[in-house]
Amino acid sequence: MAEKIATRHAYGESLEKLGEDPRIVALDTDVSTCTMSVIFGKRYPDRFFNCGIAEANMIGMAAGLSTFGYIPFVHAFAMFMAGRGYDQIRNSICYPGLNVKCIGTHAGLSVGEDGATHQCVEDIALMRAIPGMTVICPADGKETVEAVRAIARYQGPVYLRLGRLAVETVTDVDGYTYQIGKAVQLRQGSDVAIIATGLMAGEAVRAADMLKEEGIAARVLNMHTIKPLDEEAVLKAAEETGCIVTAEEHNVMGGLGGTVSEVLAEGCPVPMRRIGVQDRFGRSGDARELLKQYHICAEDICLAAKKVIVQKEK
Amino acid sequence: MDIRITGLKMVQRAHSGHIGGAFSMSEIMSVLYFDKMNIRPDEPDWEDRDRFVLSKGHCTVALYPTLALRGFFAPELLDTFRKIDGHLSGHAEMRYVPGVDMSTGSLGQGFSAAVGMALGAKLRGKDLSVYAVMGDGEIQEGQIWEACMFAGAQKLDNLIGIVDSNKVQLDGTVKEVLDTGDLRQKFESFGFFVQSVDGHDVEAFADAIDRAKAEKGRPSMIIADTVKGKGISFMEGQSAWHGKTPDEEQFKTAFAELYQRAEELGA
Repeated sequence: MAEKIATRHAYGESLEKLGEDPRIVALDTDVSTCTMSVIFGKRYPDRFFNCGIAEANMIGMAAGLSTFGYIPFVHAFAMFMAGRGYDQIRNSICYPGLNVKCIGTHAGLSVGEDGATHQCVEDIALMRAIPGMTVICPADGKETVEAVRAIARYQGPVYLRLGRLAVETVTDVDGYTYQIGKAVQLRQGSDVAIIATGLMAGEAVRAADMLKEEGIAARVLNMHTIKPLDEEAVLKAAEETGCIVTAEEHNVMGGLGGTVSEVLAEGCPVPMRRIGVQDRFGRSGDARELLKQYHICAEDICLAAKKVIVQKEK
Repeated sequence: MDIRITGLKMVQRAHSGHIGGAFSMSEIMSVLYFDKMNIRPDEPDWEDRDRFVLSKGHCTVALYPTLALRGFFAPELLDTFRKIDGHLSGHAEMRYVPGVDMSTGSLGQGFSAAVGMALGAKLRGKDLSVYAVMGDGEIQEGQIWEACMFAGAQKLDNLIGIVDSNKVQLDGTVKEVLDTGDLRQKFESFGFFVQSVDGHDVEAFADAIDRAKAEKGRPSMIIADTVKGKGISFMEGQSAWHGKTPDEEQFKTAFAELYQRAEELGA
């Protein structure tokens, strides 16, 4: 089994490499050793600013910095980036269309022991509702490296969702290329399609392997970009498999499940189930145990897959 | 006076707009744009220009007329203020309006952008000033003080903040709504060079800008003592005129007062 790495760690190293571009500046809110922007900060101290525990000001300053041709990467936990910083991201960055990259780490339940106040299960919904925002949630460390390069090249506001937990590499598949807005197929199959984002892509692959043993061929789509959504891949999956399961470490409302169901309802209504947090707050506990208790594991995806297959055959 | 008259015409055509807070800062705009700021109206994106952020973003009734009178765009464009087919949005809009350096409107946010600009200018090694006008009600927003903390700690001496202290906000006087206390002491404790001046005295205000620019090693804050709705007798100091549109009779009186004052000034 490949070595596990947290997406935030891969991110930190990747940002440091990007630092060769003098336009890149990094701002953090006293969590640089957690978001891993500290690596960039040590290498490029003149272009790193610790703003203290003041997310709103950091995001606003980034807007100002970007008007001087800089590409600011701003860092906070997802809860305090997308949650506390929502108004600043919307009005100071997205409305004027400024080139700022908002990095929200420690997203979802897998923050673990810190509990509900730090487990953001709404950030995808909040960020995707803002016009002009691009929302990205990489599956593993390898993909994070690709995503960071891509968002630095992309002109415009981006929200990048990263996790605390170390995860296996699942994107080392043949022919892998990273493109913003293009889903990556991790498993072929035509009985059911599992569309997953973030660390749930790993769970989806595990689910597909389990289903295979029961003779069910599940397609797995890694949806690293939630907005703009790869609608073509979603509709193709619906047409070719006839049923869909989404999987995310986020509230099932407004996130990946929400956006996929919108596309299906308008373009190709098929049976679907949304695996994710069922409109509840998180709680303290071991990350893996939490995912189990909240029914967002490979086993839950398998169960949902079987249900939608039965439903489509009716 | 021209800024006020042009602004009032704009509100009359749009049937909406914030007059009170715009009229309290008319002299501030006039000194900045016609005297102190290093700008090129025919080249609005000139990268070495001084920057201006209207943190109290609702006061476009002062900003847009100033930009038009200074030559950033044709005054005829003011007819499209707040209109569906125009770009002169109710709150300041940078994407489509030449001369606007930051989109603002959500109170408390503009000053942070100005701090970011001051930092950006320093990083780029550019010798320019960044100006930001805040409302004295606006500074109730916590983000303003986050920004002050950063600007003070980083000694951003190219940043000149201005509080348009007209003492009145939407619901009533600042004292009634939420007393902001001793502003001089507050800003000083955040590391600012603080000056208090009469915001309607153009010479005194211009001198304050000169002193602020000369001050090295710390950011500046100018507390401009002003009157909300300045220049129109029935609006002065009245919270009711924060965002209200006058009726026909009131417009007549208001224009008469403004023209009379302009005449007295020999304009």
